[in-house]
Amino acid sequence: MNEQATFKDHATLADKFNADEPRVNWHDKTLWFIREKRDRAAWQLAEWETLRETASKIKDNVLSNLPTYLEQFEAQAKANGVTVHWAADAAEHNAIVHSIIKKQGVTRIVKSKSMLTEECHMNEYLAKQGIDVIDTDLGERIVQLAGEPPSHIVLPCIHWKKEEIGQLFHEHLGTPKGMADPQFLTAAAREHLRERFLTSPIAITGVNFAVAETGEVVVCTNEGNADLGVQLADVHIACMGIEKLIPQRQHLGVFLRLLTRSATGQPITTYSSHFRKPRVGQEMHIVLVDNGRSTRLGSDDFRNALKCIRCGACMNTCPVYRRSGGHSYHYAIAGPIGSILAPGLDMKKHADLPFASTLCGSCSNVCPVKIDIHDQLYKWRQVLAKEGHVSSTKKIGMQGMAAVLSRPGVYNIAGAAGRWFMKHLPFVVNNRLNPWYKQREMPAVPKQAFREWYKENRKK
Amino acid sequence: MSNSRERILNTLRNNLPTQRELPSLDEFTNQPSEGDVVARFIEVLRTIGGAVIEAPDLPTIAHYIAEHYTGKRVVSVVPGLESVTTQGLATDPHLLADVELAVLNTHFAVAENGACWITDVLVGDRALPFITQHLALIVQRSTIVPTMHAAYQKIGQSAQDFGTFIAGPSKTADIEQSLVLGAHGPKSMTVFVIG
Repeated sequence: MNEQATFKDHATLADKFNADEPRVNWHDKTLWFIREKRDRAAWQLAEWETLRETASKIKDNVLSNLPTYLEQFEAQAKANGVTVHWAADAAEHNAIVHSIIKKQGVTRIVKSKSMLTEECHMNEYLAKQGIDVIDTDLGERIVQLAGEPPSHIVLPCIHWKKEEIGQLFHEHLGTPKGMADPQFLTAAAREHLRERFLTSPIAITGVNFAVAETGEVVVCTNEGNADLGVQLADVHIACMGIEKLIPQRQHLGVFLRLLTRSATGQPITTYSSHFRKPRVGQEMHIVLVDNGRSTRLGSDDFRNALKCIRCGACMNTCPVYRRSGGHSYHYAIAGPIGSILAPGLDMKKHADLPFASTLCGSCSNVCPVKIDIHDQLYKWRQVLAKEGHVSSTKKIGMQGMAAVLSRPGVYNIAGAAGRWFMKHLPFVVNNRLNPWYKQREMPAVPKQAFREWYKENRKK
Repeated sequence: MSNSRERILNTLRNNLPTQRELPSLDEFTNQPSEGDVVARFIEVLRTIGGAVIEAPDLPTIAHYIAEHYTGKRVVSVVPGLESVTTQGLATDPHLLADVELAVLNTHFAVAENGACWITDVLVGDRALPFITQHLALIVQRSTIVPTMHAAYQKIGQSAQDFGTFIAGPSKTADIEQSLVLGAHGPKSMTVFVIG
């Protein structure tokens, strides 16, 4: 498939999502509900802000010692009997995983949630090699059956309605037509996936945290799918970005307190499993993936994005994400954090994403590791403009705005003209050529500018 | 592949930012625990879908299990509570697929989130706590700590091969945010608080 020919930017994809207004409102409300749960969980801890600050500082320390921690982690993991692999990019990661699978001679494996494998498009690659990867997280399995990528890093099918999932399960799992009860559908998926767990000799998992001091990796799930997969498999492959390192085990106390409270408002996930050594007779592999991270470390402006612990809080709170849906970001990680990560990998392809934001700053306010997300969005815009990756409409608009805003006289005239046109000839501005009018009503035009009002009223 | 290792480490070394010190965790580890940690643990565990039974001793638990799991496969790896086992562990974890109830000891539990710490020395088979349809855990009242910081102080440098915090039954809310207990793992978790 020609990617260039089929590529659609955030605005175009958001348009598609916005065509169904009640659905947008439902999506918006569902995510805001999760944001509110996050708030309630955070407010229960008096030390919440100190925890965020501490987590951010631990990550600062990690980033300033990353090669040392990686070597320490590797040495510990090896001593634990784990095979450690290094992958410079997505292609090498996929090839490593494939070579491990090939050695076992199997064609069907199970996988729990891993945003890294999404980033590397591992499932598609392995499918081409004749290997069927079964996603075992319920939400991921739903989007996989539908042939879609996840639309949210924590809630992969947040954009799906239960009736649609019922229909999907009817087609793929043979559930009764019209059955849309979540309890019933989950039970059907449980039966379907249990058979896969019991027959898969290889399990792939992601990694939430990797401890340099002990060489162990920690995987957090609510469903228990990572554990069930690993404990029934002969081979465990854990895939992680190199930024997942933390120095010591005691630091898990900080991150595990923050992660789920930020993500869903739960005090902790049901399972927080610490894999240090494979069980007797089992093989364990850890694949350390760079894929642009080592380069990003050198950037003062964008380094902090490497602190991300993938909680999804920035998505749940983002007014643009909530109303445009995860798929409009056309990247494995959607929302504000995805919009600052993606251009680092391919600036041209993801040039639209840093503009998919109001720069309201809500993302930075909820981030458990205090990444300056909205500042980075703003900085990316400047880099993209400088590198010539900004559309001409936007460029002309910006130049026009700069010309007006830097000249008070022109500003006054333009303001008066704008008010006159919007009042008397609204179609001049409110037409299809003006993207600001999409899904938007303009407020009533004031009779006068503030400046005029102030002049009149100052003396009173 | 070793080339990639060197290349990644070299790029990282060349791009290293100014050294930043690790922050102290004293503020969290020295925090005085507020109120009754046992009551807090029970309250939190119940809100996340766990069941709690305060039991005076092991025979009471044995009686409860015998009454509630008649005719089902029960595996207990708790010393002193072997009697409830109907069919023990197998050499192959796949043969645990029909276990209805697994009964395990815990090292300790955490009040702030209802999590119970279990390591491979307590599970018999690592698959057992996840493959069983229902899970029962035994928590000694005196081992409950207030926070995760206290939990990791307790774990310290212990060299367990596998360890996990379990907080409630396996669950999902992936379908329209409706909470469903029993996603892939246990459909229920009962904690017997004893001592």
